[in-house]
Amino acid sequence: MAGQEIALSPGVESSLSLTARLHEWVVTVDHKKLGLMYIGTSLFFFIVAGLMVAIIRMQLAVPNNTLVPPQVFNRLFTMHGTTMVFLVGMPIIAGLMNYLVPLMIGARDMAFPRLNAFGYWMFLFGGLLLYSSYLTAPGLAGAGSAPDVGWFAYAPLTGRAFSRGHSTDYWILGLLVSGIGSMVSAINVITTIISLRCKGMTLMRMPLFVWLMLVVSGMIVLALPPLSAAQIMLLLDRYLGARFFDAEAGGSAVMWQHFFWLFGHPEVYLLMIPAFACVSEIVPVFSRKPIFGYPAMVAATLLIGFISVGVWAHHMFSVGMTAVSNTFFVVSTLLIAVPTGIKIFNWLATLYGGQIRFEIPMLFCLGFLFQFLIAGLTGVMLGVAPFNWQLTDSYFVVAHFHYMLVGSFIFGMFGAIYYWYPKAIGRLLNHKLGLWHFWLFAIGFHLTFDPQHIAGILGMPRRIYTYDPGRGWEIYNLLSSIGAAFQAAGVGCLAVNLLRSLRHGALAGDDPWDAWTLEWSTTSPPPDYNFETLPEVRSRRPLWDLKHPEDPDWKYE
Amino acid sequence: MKLRDHTGFPWIFAPIIVPCGAVTLSVPSACADVTSIFRPLSTPAQAVYEISLLTLAICAAIFLVVAGMLVYTIIRFRRRPGDEGREPPQVYGSNQIELAWTVVPILIVFVLILATARTIYDVQGAIPPADAVHATVVGHQWWWEIRYPKLGLITANELHVPVSDTDRRRPTFLRLESADVAHSFWVPQLAGKTDLIPNRVNQMWIEPIQPGTYVGNCAEYCGLQHARMLLRVIAHSPADFERWVAAQQMPPVEDGQARAGRDLFFATSCINCHAIKQTTANGKFGPDLTHLMSRQTLGSGVVTNTRKNLRAWVRDPQHIKPGALMPNMQLTDDELDQVVDYLLTLK
Repeated sequence: MAGQEIALSPGVESSLSLTARLHEWVVTVDHKKLGLMYIGTSLFFFIVAGLMVAIIRMQLAVPNNTLVPPQVFNRLFTMHGTTMVFLVGMPIIAGLMNYLVPLMIGARDMAFPRLNAFGYWMFLFGGLLLYSSYLTAPGLAGAGSAPDVGWFAYAPLTGRAFSRGHSTDYWILGLLVSGIGSMVSAINVITTIISLRCKGMTLMRMPLFVWLMLVVSGMIVLALPPLSAAQIMLLLDRYLGARFFDAEAGGSAVMWQHFFWLFGHPEVYLLMIPAFACVSEIVPVFSRKPIFGYPAMVAATLLIGFISVGVWAHHMFSVGMTAVSNTFFVVSTLLIAVPTGIKIFNWLATLYGGQIRFEIPMLFCLGFLFQFLIAGLTGVMLGVAPFNWQLTDSYFVVAHFHYMLVGSFIFGMFGAIYYWYPKAIGRLLNHKLGLWHFWLFAIGFHLTFDPQHIAGILGMPRRIYTYDPGRGWEIYNLLSSIGAAFQAAGVGCLAVNLLRSLRHGALAGDDPWDAWTLEWSTTSPPPDYNFETLPEVRSRRPLWDLKHPEDPDWKYE
Repeated sequence: MKLRDHTGFPWIFAPIIVPCGAVTLSVPSACADVTSIFRPLSTPAQAVYEISLLTLAICAAIFLVVAGMLVYTIIRFRRRPGDEGREPPQVYGSNQIELAWTVVPILIVFVLILATARTIYDVQGAIPPADAVHATVVGHQWWWEIRYPKLGLITANELHVPVSDTDRRRPTFLRLESADVAHSFWVPQLAGKTDLIPNRVNQMWIEPIQPGTYVGNCAEYCGLQHARMLLRVIAHSPADFERWVAAQQMPPVEDGQARAGRDLFFATSCINCHAIKQTTANGKFGPDLTHLMSRQTLGSGVVTNTRKNLRAWVRDPQHIKPGALMPNMQLTDDELDQVVDYLLTLK
């Protein structure tokens, strides 16, 4: 393990030279430093992809706008989607898992610290490789040659005949490299959870966060290989004359879609379950009650993970599958509503009878609950294949998955940032700025995405760089664009808050939220070795037991 | 821990949000020319509409119940000043309640699955009646080739069909193919979308019940000009449809006035991509021009089909639709006028 590293108190650390400190971050194998690096990099890419979509929304604010040419627009939405999924979503999850799993299970580090560092650097360089496409040949002349095939890169648009130059290759290679990072970090998390739990922590005493991250890691191991395989096949098509997806030579364009969504749909749950994980930690603490129905929550998560690999073709209801296939995927898709419903009801029951404290992490989680409910219901609509024939590839779908990925996932992540920042930094984020962030972002979110449902119902297809007036889309697009400005202002508040509170935040202490899981039993920030003596637990809420010796959890579990 | 009861809602935004919300929620009925999926005017779109209403009703009911419980719980169980220093009763779960909220969703899902399956089989299992019109739609970057094999017709971007009535059903069955990448045929008022995929044949059908022009788009991202790949379906009364077919079956009219333009057209490389029936022009890459002037738009819906727009299009298609596969032919102004005069004769 990190043998050569010396535990430094904050005072000593700040006296080191800048290069020495940078060097320390570059060579680190400490799970906490790597976790913060993952999250920091992810937030950087979040800003980049957010600025991209700001341009997209400006372009679409009015009909027949000519702010950006079509090719630039197509690159923007491709890079926005690719970045948000692979360079924001995946790494922020990896960061949270890395930082929190060892602390929550009472371990000193991950099972494979060096592999952990390898995973981070693979992710970072994969991301940089993708973005270097902007600097390649025609890019230097000012045009840019970033990928413009959409984030799911349907064949045969990615074939050499339709995608000349190397932009698609950057997309393939960047994601292949960062995919290796996700893969090793998932394997690392699984191994850590299985083998490094502290004394007394049986599987059914793990915090729900750890359980859910275990399921997520298992899903990463199952879901990423189809994507990597398809990408390698595409490379073979492009350079070695293979004909997997080349329709003109007898290949199958639909096969790409099957491969992609066999990865792509579990990927959606793979982003959502970590949001569930954060909410399942934050809601109980700010309701002052344990999570309602812990075993049911674990079972529901496992079920979601299991069913999620059998629903992929609901992204393909319009490709002309047989009625039998369509019906099969309707059944599997709608079945997911059952375990998902269990989760929502259990969070609701956790709130019920509690004493709800409206701290910033909780506000984001409450926003999550409402938005996830709506996202789930529009998901049911999309799961009904005939309805889907109308809704798919329209702005309704754009609204639906942004309700999932922004209204639910990003809200969950923001909640997590406000909740665990004091643990990682030792200082609280500013409450007032947090309120501004929450309300600006929530208002902006609804202004942006609520009208898009209607634009889709009025027949607006996604991925169009402009549109003619007269079909009733104008007002909804304008509202969307105004909402985007609100969201940007909200994220601005977060950025200021994150940076300012590094120095000026109120000191947090070990346990600012009066919480119950093991990470709050050590100092903030935790020492390199996490715990002076490894803890021993007797229930799911070891700190509750400590604080309430008269009424410990282990009596009931 | 300091107690905070308020959620800090910034009321200064209320004047902005309220009107925006009102606009968002208002039913978009004010628009004259909408292509709303909730205004079906065709049998398969109607079938989809009906299952959509059922789905919406179920989802709305679930939303009202769950969101209502959520709001009630959040307000009722907020921390109050007297709660400081006390913890609420610790409840770990309840098997009965959890069983209830597992079983009820299963029942709802079961009902929805049955209704959905029925609609899927209704729409996908439809058998063409004897009077059905058959057309083949081939997607191209970025326009639609439309063929009527049984009628010997080829046109582009505008699909002409008869309307159906209860006495005489005349649905149009479409065979969907692609010449290059994946596209998707979507005219919201007529049917859900079906993709056009290379090396694969898909089927769908429409059955308009009112004459008129129905607008749609390509709905699968297909490259640079995906946004400008519009689609029109023109539904005629049966008699008008027969007239349209007869007119389209005619060879182009030879007009002595446009001789110079005709010669220019056949002497330059126009004919490598475009076809005109019963002439040596038989290119396959671009739209068939035999009856160009019978169409409403140019460039797959990018501009209306007028002399001025046609001239601008021939002068430089890249100016009107950047990336379109038709090049700028570098004609002089005189040549342009001659070619356009000739094209205007292709009625």
